[in-house]
Amino acid sequence: MTGSLPKRVLSYLGLAVVAAYCLAPFYWMAVSAFRRPQDQFDNSIVPTRWSWENFHAVFSGDNGFGRALLNSLVVAGCTTVLTLLIGTFAAYALARLDFRFKNAVLGLIVATTMFPGISQLVPLLKLFTDIKWINTYQAMVLPSLGFALPLSVWLLTAFFRQLPYELEQAAMVDGCTRGQAFRKIIIPLAAPGVFTTAILTFIAAWNEFLIALSMVNKKEMQTATVAISKFTGVSGFDQPFGTQMAAGVIVTVPLIAVVLVFQRRIVAGLTAGGVK
Amino acid sequence: MTTTYDGTPPAADTAAAGAARPGGRDVQGTKRLAALLLSPTLLVLALVIGYPVLAGFRESLYARGEGLDANGFVVQGERFAGLDNYTAIFHGDRGDAFWNAFGNTTFFTVTTVVLETVIGVGMALIMQQAFRGRGLVRASILVPWAIPTAISGLLWRWIFQADGAANAVLRHQILWTADGFQAKIAVVIAEVWKTSPFIGLLVLAGLQMIPREVHEAARVDGAGPLQRFRRITLPLVRPALLVAVLFRMLDVLRMFDLPAVLIGVNQKSVETLTMIAWFEASNLRYGSAAAYATILFLYIALIAYLFVKLLGADIIGEARQHSKRTRRNRPVKGRRKKVTA
Repeated sequence: MTGSLPKRVLSYLGLAVVAAYCLAPFYWMAVSAFRRPQDQFDNSIVPTRWSWENFHAVFSGDNGFGRALLNSLVVAGCTTVLTLLIGTFAAYALARLDFRFKNAVLGLIVATTMFPGISQLVPLLKLFTDIKWINTYQAMVLPSLGFALPLSVWLLTAFFRQLPYELEQAAMVDGCTRGQAFRKIIIPLAAPGVFTTAILTFIAAWNEFLIALSMVNKKEMQTATVAISKFTGVSGFDQPFGTQMAAGVIVTVPLIAVVLVFQRRIVAGLTAGGVK
Repeated sequence: MTTTYDGTPPAADTAAAGAARPGGRDVQGTKRLAALLLSPTLLVLALVIGYPVLAGFRESLYARGEGLDANGFVVQGERFAGLDNYTAIFHGDRGDAFWNAFGNTTFFTVTTVVLETVIGVGMALIMQQAFRGRGLVRASILVPWAIPTAISGLLWRWIFQADGAANAVLRHQILWTADGFQAKIAVVIAEVWKTSPFIGLLVLAGLQMIPREVHEAARVDGAGPLQRFRRITLPLVRPALLVAVLFRMLDVLRMFDLPAVLIGVNQKSVETLTMIAWFEASNLRYGSAAAYATILFLYIALIAYLFVKLLGADIIGEARQHSKRTRRNRPVKGRRKKVTA
């Protein structure tokens, strides 16, 4: 398809519109973060005076943002590791083994993504209150498995299926057991897929809000997303938008960096799974 | 895992077991291995989803509070309330609140999914046409997706401030974040911004699978661009699109973070079913919170069922094709759902 000049221009224009649509709000967040607090309501496209003041404010005072970042890292990290440990086995069985209720199991796992978080949350909230798990990491990690596990099993199944079965067969003809074939052939080959799944799961867990908001009422245990939404201003009434935008940038930029670096893989994962 | 086989069956047979060999001990072994591999996942899902849903249903039949026992003593704790929690939801002021939340949830679902689909398909078509720079745009499309919903709620709250960017661009003074219809619009805009790129990405993947020859042939036969889009692109993208739309719908139906952060909890104009249930739970009225959650769950299940039945979204399609290949020697049993239209 070699287009004529107007067609070319039109296509670039279209791309520019799409990019602007996606990036403009994020740009606004970054720009607002770099304004001086006294220029906060200044609506110029580029800050009149650049300053790091908002970023200092994020970590200062009683926001406890450093701790919140750590909490997010622990919760999202544990969720990802546990999910991959458990999910890889299930995905392998679903992708490679032939057994009777396979479609039923797959359907069941997909169906669990349908469950609204709140119907999972209410009984768990009560249970965790009874066993004094409120304000603990496990109270956030365990419910998160509810959405992370179906997601990763689904993605991993799709990835495992793309691997040539012949390799495994060859290994087993050469005397590997199925377990060895899995460990020595499948796992190394599937590493990119597993890695992509890890990123997607981590992002999903990192972005989680409802569970983290409900299971924790102590400031030290809040995750970053919850902590930012609860930042208080100096006067206590006006919302400290500059600080919040700066915190938003801090939380988002690592994700965006990862996403950009592993762009192709992530797109492959998203389209393979068709799941959020 | 290695212990399952104990080296008894010859290796070649073991390999064939995966590719459908009815009868014999290989199938037995495969079954056992499958059960072994699947049980951790199923166990965890049963614990963190199965148990809560059942316990939630039970919870919804109980009420908490004080009552007098037969001797006139005050008793604390839970008592069986039957369907009281449900009937209470539908009556009086709470009935109004429920139907309001129900209406909001439905409104958000319909408007955002329609807008997302239209914008997403548009984005995909634009990217499909691109000669260069597709990678760059694809990268930027992932940005809204990667931003946590709660953060995007804050971001849009900032944009929609009374003296914020949105009003500056529109040159109007609209109090977006105050309770009212404009708050609904604000939520819809923020949600569509975050999720339509996701649909665009999935549709683009679907578009790229269509062989170019099909389009060429249609063009040679005299089909215009619009006709080609309607008769070729749309039907061929349909399976990918339907799955994306279904997942989006399920997600909006349980929306919580965005309206809660953007507008606030307990605001009539944006209260969704999840928010109302959350509010009840955070006030320790677990029984009625569970009743709301159960109703939401049934609503979502109904919508998913209707969607799959009416439109034939084939969610586990890929898996089925696979099993067709491997199971050619075996009668297919208990195959689950979904007619592909």
